[in-house]
Amino acid sequence: MADGLDRIDPVVQGCYQRFHPVDWKQLDWSTKSSRHFLEEAAGAGVGNQGLSVPIRGPSGQFALFTVNHRCTDFEWEKFSQNSVKDLLLVSHYVNQKALELERGTDVVPGQALSPREIDALTMLALGLSRARAAERLSISEHTLRVYIEGARFKLGALNTTHAVARALVKGLLVV
Amino acid sequence: MLRYFYADELSSFPKLRDTMFRDRADQFKGRLGWDVHVNRAGEERDEYDLMNPLYVIWQQADGRHGGSMRFLPTSGRTMVNDHFRDLSDGAKIQSPLIWECTRFCLGAGAAPSVSGALMLGGLELGLGHHLTHAVGVFDHRMVRVYRRLGWGPTVMGSTGQGRDAISVGLWAFTPEIRATLLQRTGIGREVSKLWYDRAFGHRNPVSKSA
Repeated sequence: MADGLDRIDPVVQGCYQRFHPVDWKQLDWSTKSSRHFLEEAAGAGVGNQGLSVPIRGPSGQFALFTVNHRCTDFEWEKFSQNSVKDLLLVSHYVNQKALELERGTDVVPGQALSPREIDALTMLALGLSRARAAERLSISEHTLRVYIEGARFKLGALNTTHAVARALVKGLLVV
Repeated sequence: MLRYFYADELSSFPKLRDTMFRDRADQFKGRLGWDVHVNRAGEERDEYDLMNPLYVIWQQADGRHGGSMRFLPTSGRTMVNDHFRDLSDGAKIQSPLIWECTRFCLGAGAAPSVSGALMLGGLELGLGHHLTHAVGVFDHRMVRVYRRLGWGPTVMGSTGQGRDAISVGLWAFTPEIRATLLQRTGIGREVSKLWYDRAFGHRNPVSKSA
């Protein structure tokens, strides 16, 4: 940032203070300084296609996750349509890991599972389907999904199975 | 028309901005009697408005606010997690695929179709950004209104009684809802897409050489 490139880079300019994923085509690359910047970046191996995910942390942190590639618009469109959702999850996961490295531990302080989150994971650990688990807890499947997602996030798990496994290992579930 | 603006973009639209915050004071303090702060200019603003949220706004032909709602990512600070944890049994709702929607507001003189148009805007926002759900805080009496418009929430919990009840609920972003909302509002598919693309569409290729 020493050369003030953050003031020129359309990606930084277009993503700062934002929280929706941004395809580089949404950005304004028309100014002279940004054209010049892009030429230099291309010389350093940066491709013509990009998707950047701005991330907002609970204490006002700002992070930017970018995937970049060199290909035609058609190929990129196909890739990004199929992959945006995965990239959103990956970007937040990477960000979470970066915050853990900074803290020196993957234990998120003060993030105990709530009773409902424990209930939801316990049901899954007992082999119930989502539909059955939701029924047993007298909640909708959407609500159940949110509890599972909350637990997954707190446990630093990659998916539901991983979350159940982690919770079991930590002795959080009685099954 | 539907507009999608981050807070820091509103300075270019002072009339829209000022009428929005005044309409919010009328609705939340005046009509609903919520415990919200109204400043000397008669505007209802809270700390979440300072976090550069994304607003979906119905702008009337005269440039004034007709209705709006406010979005924030649940990875950052949100109203549900800060103030309404007890309504989701203490669970913190946090996911890259869930955004919080609050302050669903209608201008006093807004046409009846505005509420449906706003829901359409919320849906376009969620589908366009590959989200699974919106989590919202709302006056419980609105549940009936949302359902009638064709897109009701799953209520997770409520606090207060009768006309004071405030609820937390989830809206699932599913493409099937779009047709219903387009039909109920009389807005064309292409028009809705154009409004969305004006905020989030592609401008031009990054460079011509692939």
